[in-house]
Formats: sequence, C-alpha cells, structure tokens
Amino acid sequence: MDEPRIDQLTGRPTMGHEFDGIEELNTPMPRWWLWTFYLTIIWGIGYTIAYPAWPMVSGATAGLLGYSTRGEVIADIADHEASNAALVTELNAADLAAFDPQSDLHRYAVARGASVFRAQCSQCHGSGAAGAVGYPNLLDNDWLWGGTLEEVAYSVRHGIRNETDGDARYSQMPAFGDMLESSEIEALVAFVPTLADADWDSAGAVLYADNCASCHGERGLGDRSMGAPNLADAIWLYGGDSASLTETISNARFGVMPAWGQRLSEEDVRAVSTYVHSLGGGE
Amino acid sequence: MDVAKLITLGLITLIAAYAADQGLDVAFRVHGFIVLLVAAGLFLHVLRRMDEPKPAAVLTDYNDGPVRAGVIATAFWGIAGLAVGVLIAFQLAFPALNFDWAQPFGNFGRLRPLHTSAVIFAFGGNALIASSIYIVQRTSRTRLFGGNLVWFVFWGYQLFIVLAATGYLLGATQSKEYAEPEWYVDIWLTLVWVVYLVIFLGTIINRKERHIYVANWFFLAFIVTVAMLHIVNNLSVPVSIWGSKSVQLFSGVQDAMTQWWYGHNAVGFFLTAGFLGMMYYYVPKQANRPVYSYKLSIVHFWALIFLYIWAGPHHLHYTALPDWASTLGMVFSIILWMPSWAGMMNGLMTLNGSWDKIRTDPIIRFLVASLAFYGMSTFEGPMMSIRAVNSLSHYTDWTVGHVHSGALGWNGMIIFAMIYFLTPRLWNRGAMYSTAAMNWHFWLAMIGIVLYAASMWVSGIMEGLMWREVDDQGFLVNSFADTVSAKFPMYVVRGLGGVLYLGGACIMVWNMWKTIRGHAPVTQPVSQMTAPAE
Repeated sequence: MDEPRIDQLTGRPTMGHEFDGIEELNTPMPRWWLWTFYLTIIWGIGYTIAYPAWPMVSGATAGLLGYSTRGEVIADIADHEASNAALVTELNAADLAAFDPQSDLHRYAVARGASVFRAQCSQCHGSGAAGAVGYPNLLDNDWLWGGTLEEVAYSVRHGIRNETDGDARYSQMPAFGDMLESSEIEALVAFVPTLADADWDSAGAVLYADNCASCHGERGLGDRSMGAPNLADAIWLYGGDSASLTETISNARFGVMPAWGQRLSEEDVRAVSTYVHSLGGGE
Repeated sequence: MDVAKLITLGLITLIAAYAADQGLDVAFRVHGFIVLLVAAGLFLHVLRRMDEPKPAAVLTDYNDGPVRAGVIATAFWGIAGLAVGVLIAFQLAFPALNFDWAQPFGNFGRLRPLHTSAVIFAFGGNALIASSIYIVQRTSRTRLFGGNLVWFVFWGYQLFIVLAATGYLLGATQSKEYAEPEWYVDIWLTLVWVVYLVIFLGTIINRKERHIYVANWFFLAFIVTVAMLHIVNNLSVPVSIWGSKSVQLFSGVQDAMTQWWYGHNAVGFFLTAGFLGMMYYYVPKQANRPVYSYKLSIVHFWALIFLYIWAGPHHLHYTALPDWASTLGMVFSIILWMPSWAGMMNGLMTLNGSWDKIRTDPIIRFLVASLAFYGMSTFEGPMMSIRAVNSLSHYTDWTVGHVHSGALGWNGMIIFAMIYFLTPRLWNRGAMYSTAAMNWHFWLAMIGIVLYAASMWVSGIMEGLMWREVDDQGFLVNSFADTVSAKFPMYVVRGLGGVLYLGGACIMVWNMWKTIRGHAPVTQPVSQMTAPAE
C-alpha cells in the first residue's frame, strides 16, 4: 500500500507507508509547538550573546553582561564582608579576657561563631555541641584544657595533638597494657569509677597512686595543664564501662583536633571560641 | 567451524583459569572463575553436539526466541534492581541496615551502583534489546539478520550484567557514575554491542519495506550513540592485565566533563531515544491508530539527537567547569524542551479516536501514564538546567526525585506495557492471565511513583533551602546534620513508595508466570512475516 488514504476519524491523509499495520498521518506540526521551539532557539542565541558561551581559539566569548559565576560569588562575599567590616575590626581588637557578654559585639561574635561551628565543628562535636564518644561535650563545664575564653580560643587556634601546629596542645598517656599485668589493669578498671568515693586501702588505690596520680591527680580531679581528664566527675570521653576503661588503660587514647588558626580567619577563630564559651560551661 | 569454536573456547577457558588463580584482586579472580565456568560449559556443549546433524534452520518466520528470553530477563532483573533500590532507600532512612555482618559487600556505597546499573542496564537494557529486535523484524518485514548471533548478544549482555554486579559488590569500580564497570568488562560490552549493531543494521538493510520506520531511527540512534559514549568515557589504561584496577585517560575537569557528557547521554540515548523507539511501536499498535504526525516525528528525531549530545555540562554548574561550557549546556537543555515534548505529543495524539481505551485497556493506561511522566520529566529537566534553579536543586534529593519520576514513570511504565503487550503474543496466548492483576499493578505503581517523587521533591527543596538559609547578618543557620535529620520522614515515605512499586512488579511476574505456563487460552501461532499486508 503506497497510496495515501484519508483517516476517517481525523480527516487527515496518511503518508501512504505502512509498517506491521502502523500508518502515519500527514499532520502538520502544531503551530504553538513550532513557535515555542523557535522562541527557545532565539532566546538561546540571545542568552549566549549576553553570557560567556562560545569557545574561540583562545578563550571563549565573555558575554555582553560581563557575568561570571566566580564574579558572582566574589561579589556576594564582598557584600557580606562590607556589611560586617566594622564589627570584624572591633572583634579582632577586642580583649577576650574582658569580653562583656552583654555587649553588641559579643552577640555578634556568638552569631558568627555559631555559623562557623555548624560548618566546621559539628561534624565531630555534634550540631548541638553535645559531643560524641571521643569528641568532648562542649555544653558542660568539664574542660580538658581549660574553659576560660582565652583557653578555649587557644585550643581552637592551635588544636590538639596535631602535627601541623608546633604550639598545639600536647600530651600523651602511656599504654599501660605493656607495663601492667592484666590483673592489675582489672583492679584499676574496678577502682577508677569509684574515685569520687574511693576505698583508699584497696589494691586499685595503690596501683592508681603509683601509675595514674601523677597526671590525673591524687584524688582523680585531673590536670588541665596536660589535658588529663577529671576521673571523679562521672563524665567519660571514651566510655566509663569496664570494656572501654580496659581499652583506655591498656592502649591509651590519642584524640586529635586540627589547628583551626591555620584554616579560619582570625575573626572566625575568635567568634567560634566566643560561641563555644557561651554555650553554658564557659569560665 | 565447530573446531574453531572449540579452540577459541578452550583458549578462553585456560586464560580464565589463570586469571582465577593468579588475579591481583578478589574481583578479578572471581570474574576469572565466572568466565571459566561459562567458557568450559560452552566448550562441553559444543563438543557433545559435534557429531549431531545440524537441523536445517527454519527461516520462514521472525526470530522470536531471543525476544522471549529478553522479556523474562527484563522481568528478572527488574525485580532484582527494584529490590536493591528498596533496600538502599531504607538504608538511607535507617543506617543500621548497613549490617556489620554484611560489610563491606552490603554497604550502601557498593549497593547503590548495583541498583542503578541493575535498573538502567539490566532491566532497561534487556527491555530495549528485546523490543528492538522484535520491532525491527516486524516493521522491516524480514527475519533478524545474523542467525544465532543474536543469542551471543543476549547471553553476552547477561554476562556483562553479572560481571558488573559482582564487580561492584567486590569493590571493583572506576568510580564513574553509570559507568562503574572496570576495563575488561567495558571491552566485553563493546564487543557485544558491536555485534548488536551489526544485527540491527543488517536487518534494516534486508528490509522488505521501502521506508525505515521511525521506531528504528530511534533504536539505531540509541545503539550507535551508546557505543560512542561507552568507548570514549571508558578510555583507560589497566594497571595490569591480571587485575581489575585501571587509570582513566582524562583527568580533572576534562574527566568530569567526559563523564557527564556520557552520563547525560546515557539518559538521552539509552533512556530516551531507545524508549521513544519502543513508544513509537507499542502506542500505535495497541491503540490501533495511525501515528499522529510523520512530520513531527522527523523534526523531533533530528532535533533531539542533535541537541541532547550538548546538554551534559548542566550537571557541572558552579564547579571547576568553565562558565562558557556551563552556559552552552544550559542553553541546549532548554532548546531541547520542545523536541522532547514532541515525542510525548506524537504518542498521546496518536490516541485521538481511541481515548476511551484508557478506561478499558490497562496497557493503554500504562502507556499514557508513561508519556505523562515523560512530559513532566522533560519539562523539569530543562528547568533544573537553568543555573539559578540548579544552584538550589544541585546535590539535593530533588535530583533524585527528578530521575525517578523519569525512570519509574516513563521508563518503568513503558516497560510494563511492553511486557503485557509481548507476553501473550510471544507465547501464543489470547491475553494476559489476569486483567485485574494488571490494574492492581498499575495503581500500585502509580501510588508508588507519587509517594517517591513527591517525598523527594519536598525533601530536596527543603534541603536546598536549609543549606542556603542565612540569618539577617548573613550567617549560616543550619548545619549539614540538621538537614539530614530533617529529611528522615521523607526518606521513610520514599522507601514505602519503592515497596509499592516493587509490589506491583511482583504481581506482574505472577501474571506472566500464569500466562506463560498455560493458564491463559492458547491461540494458534500465526506466521506474521508471510501473512499478507493488510
């Protein structure tokens, strides 16, 4: 069958081809479709004249509007910085030791610091700063290295036990698994959780005094100068159950925090420190 | 001939045995073992039949054996791919489902490419191969070219799927989305694909019709372009021929651009052009109406294949990709809108005069739903390619919702229509065993898609807005983890949508089983090729 016929239902002629019983109508393309198609093409030509588009021998056409995605983001950042410039200068000049928590500048630092915290710190310390196993809770007043604003800022700026900043806070607990018998470690694991109300005549107490007290203190209250945790406050960074304590005493722990002074601007370091200090445990 | 086969298979067996024993990594050794089993099995098969007389080939009818196998493979991989999809959807909602005992194989990171490859290449690919060889024979009124070569394509493609899937689970990946299989699997697929092209082209050249039917233009564009995309995006140098690791030829932004040129055209030519080929046969055939407009089909065919190939850079807005490439990707995507819609119009308007069948014919309903989702996705796609929209949508679940409204809606629904169309015809049954089951399948799939797409749109737009939310001093309001926990309810809804969609597909498999096993009335086979043209 090669002769077009008229399709009764639509009144359109067919093309005269037939494939496995399928015919095709000779319907013209819908007007609205064709014009929309043309319009998108015309718009496309216009758009590529206005914006960077056509590759040439070296480089591409820049477009009449002078737009670039990098230019756009640079302008956004510049706007943001310009609107905060005065406060940033003030923040960088502020004496953290005497930061008035009622001042506008302090409120600004907390708002800025909260945003830095969400982007940079929440991955380890949690978006609510409540910490996780191995990552200290920043809401309480149990500070490993000190809880004044200046001490917090030092920890943020230089980090802890990292290899990139020579001034990083540093200490290392020995792995007692190599030094003590397993029975001795068991005695320590039994003794340490009772420090707040200890039996000082027990075998554990003797072992504690010989091995632990030099850093963690005679009564287990810790020593911030070497980041030795308080063991008598029922707050455990790596867990207070016997399995976790056995692991901690046998193999020690070595928590690391980056030196944020190498990654953030001065004002961001000051802001995020102020934010953390303001969370409730600040001294 | 048989001797040559035996020598080849024997050599492959030996090489595979060496690879299984000496391979440098687990994936390569397991793959060596799989190839060893296949080659040794074929060797014995050929050897046992050496002395048997070869039956004279019956060449008077269409070659439908591979189509039957393809329909079953489509259903099998469909269930597998959808099931893995449901599992990983719930893994995102409940990370505990990344069971410790199943590591590293059952990790989301390894199961995700298993899901995408299974649904796109195994489910979609088998549907495309089966449909194309069914349709090209009928619309060219000639038997498939190349005799038994088509069985090489069928089984070779299944082997590719098995190698790809096991490779992902064992950690062999080149980390390119939708092109994860390593170098030797890529080479094998290239070989299979070239034979497929030869068979398809040969059949068209042998055609008894004066013209080439529009469905076959789309299939040919799909086969040729996928070959080109696959080869260029997988250019890499193996670290050792006895190991799975390879190094990409391109690096940095060139590699990213090649990858998304490939990735977007996997959508454009695999999931769009190929599926339009299916649409151009099943819709007029099932509606028993002429195609709406021949002119429209010519113009949109050429516009579609010319424009699609440039649209890839819209996947890389606001990255290291230069602005000019990003602009061109966006402009071509928007111009693509009308040519894409012409496919939907040509499908829907073909139903002029038989719209009543939507009420009575579940296959028509699947086809119409499929075209409707095609229309929505091909509007949403150009919209999302606009830089300003993309700055909100990129990296969010909106992209996932967009892909799935296309994949579950357009691709999935048309594959179900294909299966319901072909099964009774291929096994000489009057109709599917249960029409009620087809209706159940339709509604389960529809509700599943709506739950899936709606939850991902809400989740994606919410996530995009939360990421960019700043207070009046310009400071970030949300942390990333805040956005993750906010998405939890939507993740659960998405998983439930997947369960419904999978449930519908299971009903389909039951219906196929009942139909094929003879619970439906049998019709006399008709030699359609020799039947006089009406």
